[in-house]
Amino acid sequence: MSMQSTHPHTTAWRLWRRNGLIWAALMLLLALTLVLAYVPMGWLTPAAGIVIAFSKAGLVILLFMELAKARPLIRLAAMAGVVFLAVLFALTLADVLSRLAGR
Amino acid sequence: MTDALLAGELPFPPRPDYLRDGTTLTSWLTTTDHKRIAILFAVTITMFFFMGGAAITAVRLELFTPNGGLLSSDTYNKLFSFHGIIMVWFFLVPSIPNTMGNFLLPLMIGAPDLAFPRLNLFSWYLTVAAGAVTVYALVAGGVDTGWTFYTPYSTMFSNSHVLAAAAGVFMVGFSSIATGVNFIATIHMLRAPGMTWFRLPLFVWAIYATSIIMVLASPVLAISLLLVMAERWLGLPIFDPARGGDPILFQHLFWFYSHPAVYIMVLPAMGVVSEIIPCFARRRIFGYDFMVYAMIAIAGIGFFVWGHHMFVSGQSAYANLIFSFLSFIIAVPSAIKVFNWTASLYRGQISFNSPMLYALGFVGLFTTGGLSGLFLASIPVDVHVTDTYFVVAHFHYIMVGGSVSAFFGGLHFWWPKVTGRMYPESWAKFAAILMYFGFNMTFLPQFFAGYLGMPRRYHTYPPEYQIYNVMSSSGAAVLAVAYLLPLGYFAWSLFYGGRAGKNPWDATGLEWTTTSPPPPQNFDRQPRVDRGPYDYHAEGQSAGLDPPEPQNSREVR
Amino acid sequence: MSETTSLLKEPWQYFDRQREAGTFGIWVFLASELLFFGALILTYTVCRIENVAAFAAAGRETNIWYGTINTAILLTSSLTMAMASQAAAANEGLRRLILWCLAATAALGLAFLVVKGFEYREDIERHLVPGAHFGLKQTAAQLFFGLYWIVTGVHAVHLTIGIIMVVRLTLLGYLNKFQLDENPEIQVTGLYWHLVDIIWIFLYPLIYLPGRTS
Repeated sequence: MSMQSTHPHTTAWRLWRRNGLIWAALMLLLALTLVLAYVPMGWLTPAAGIVIAFSKAGLVILLFMELAKARPLIRLAAMAGVVFLAVLFALTLADVLSRLAGR
Repeated sequence: MTDALLAGELPFPPRPDYLRDGTTLTSWLTTTDHKRIAILFAVTITMFFFMGGAAITAVRLELFTPNGGLLSSDTYNKLFSFHGIIMVWFFLVPSIPNTMGNFLLPLMIGAPDLAFPRLNLFSWYLTVAAGAVTVYALVAGGVDTGWTFYTPYSTMFSNSHVLAAAAGVFMVGFSSIATGVNFIATIHMLRAPGMTWFRLPLFVWAIYATSIIMVLASPVLAISLLLVMAERWLGLPIFDPARGGDPILFQHLFWFYSHPAVYIMVLPAMGVVSEIIPCFARRRIFGYDFMVYAMIAIAGIGFFVWGHHMFVSGQSAYANLIFSFLSFIIAVPSAIKVFNWTASLYRGQISFNSPMLYALGFVGLFTTGGLSGLFLASIPVDVHVTDTYFVVAHFHYIMVGGSVSAFFGGLHFWWPKVTGRMYPESWAKFAAILMYFGFNMTFLPQFFAGYLGMPRRYHTYPPEYQIYNVMSSSGAAVLAVAYLLPLGYFAWSLFYGGRAGKNPWDATGLEWTTTSPPPPQNFDRQPRVDRGPYDYHAEGQSAGLDPPEPQNSREVR
Repeated sequence: MSETTSLLKEPWQYFDRQREAGTFGIWVFLASELLFFGALILTYTVCRIENVAAFAAAGRETNIWYGTINTAILLTSSLTMAMASQAAAANEGLRRLILWCLAATAALGLAFLVVKGFEYREDIERHLVPGAHFGLKQTAAQLFFGLYWIVTGVHAVHLTIGIIMVVRLTLLGYLNKFQLDENPEIQVTGLYWHLVDIIWIFLYPLIYLPGRTS
């Protein structure tokens, strides 16, 4: 699956451009999350932080780790981790939140 | 005349089997051969088994009379804690996967080794190191929190060696993860040509499902213990309610692993039984596809039910409801498997060799244990019997009556393949039957004692429970003999047992097509698979008298 | 190719297959790491839900500049690691690029640890360590900082392992002990490195951003 190109320099330039753009997006998101943390929006402030974190993580996982063009088996492995983590969170928080509400 | 000679080929040059390929200690301690690593694991877990057994022998002696008097309460607590920790993490979890899984997985799929052989060796070293730390915890004075390390007792009040014990278990968890990754990669990437997913023996599917659980659940256990260690060692207030912490959070994290862990302990056993029953009933397994789906379902749903260990912990009623419902659901795939094993016997030509005795014992004892689990899934009943001997009996029926029986069944079934020797069958039959009776005598009374209210983890009890405890302790003595006997006759067989051929049971797996013991690279010829497993008879007919076709019938046998 | 056979290990017959298995294996391991850190983050979440005000007060006491700079450092290290990994996979003989990017990754990782060291020293000076001399008055603020030390400590351990792995690759590549092109170990190390980065991406808003609005 290696990219055949005319010259190593073109490949290098292409790689820098692709990954550099992703890095720039990550830096922008970092700046955004820093700024938004100081904006009082009630529950939206922490929520924004989480959403931006997911976006940054999404860029890293899909583009730097190339999950977007990985074969289905790899994506299944990644999904399995996410799904069961979600189960851990969902059912634990079901208990915690309902106990909190009952207090 | 072998087909090779008939075809005019030269016979293979003589080559040593894996046991004789390098006889120095170094060759064993630096091996990457999965078969040797399996043996290293087998020796290690046998040692742990007898350590855990010794601990509980002392406990059962104490419980022979209501006020025992042999042990102080502290010592008693430390002994049952050690028993639980050693038996769960250093015997049951690694038992079938790291011994039989390690040995058989590449053989059953026609591969020369596991995907990451050096990782396999690392797994063993990690287990040994972890075991050393845990045994140190015992020697230094023991831990008295129970194998469950509940907070805030373990973090704030216990005066025992919680840190060392938790550290040992933390380490062995990573051994589990490494093994799981290895097995999953192996099954995906190293199957022989023709070995499609639905031609895999059920043992391989069982190991696959187990490995998924190991990989995804063990890390959460690691964190739960890390937090306990941090709180104890650094005084951090994670589970201290007075400083904002939530002790029930520990239980969520602990049981998120420990419930799937019981499926780590039982799924490989189910896999072993699925190999033995077809062989000794001379039948294909009934409902192969649903056996696979059931195992995947058990592995998956097993992650959703952990709260049923927490019904009386203070967990919300809402969460209780969800967990109770899901716990009933998970009984269904297990029941499907029990029906299918039973149906596989229909129209069979059953021979009661010792592996078959263990396998049939598994089916009955696992069913009993599983049914008692349904009682526990029902919240009102659970409130009554939680923390009583009812629960103790429930999980011992499954772990010991189930998993340990299957472990012994597998040990007997594959012993000829692993060692090239046959064990004495009459002794084996005697031990199997003795185990069955000893087991029931030990644990059946505990159901009654528990239901009548005898609490667990107490070193004394009111006199009305004595009859049950006397029966239980006597049964334990019988069980101990039944466990020691195989140690004796297996050792004997290594020196004096008859030499085993390639396929002493006329079974159909790929492992039976290579020599006993196998060569270091597993097969002299690359196997090619052209049929499903368990091809013991033609469709719609009973098995004939001829040996069945193994899975690579086109290759020279 | 005779070069790739030197990277071929037992029990593999074909290099491509070995490569696929290595990638798959590391992803399975990363799934377990996701659950490892996920459990820690769940602990934080539960504690925060049960102690919202104290966590906000405690979060305010973290040093946002150290935190933000470190996040930027790690994100950049992901850039250099991705460059090294993709350049190796491209099989274009980009030896100098790969080596420089690997070295930069390790250097950035070390820079993170150095900044963290300064931050830890400042935290200790300001008595942000749970215990008898804790500096803040809310009791649950101790909980926040207890988790802070554990989570950042575990992350730092993982980062250190990553740095060692990257340094090893750099050295072996520089000394020509193995080929860099199509080297599966570079890709595997890269994936691990990116995970360490992703963990920090989530830790940053949880540790440094609470309580900034007041």
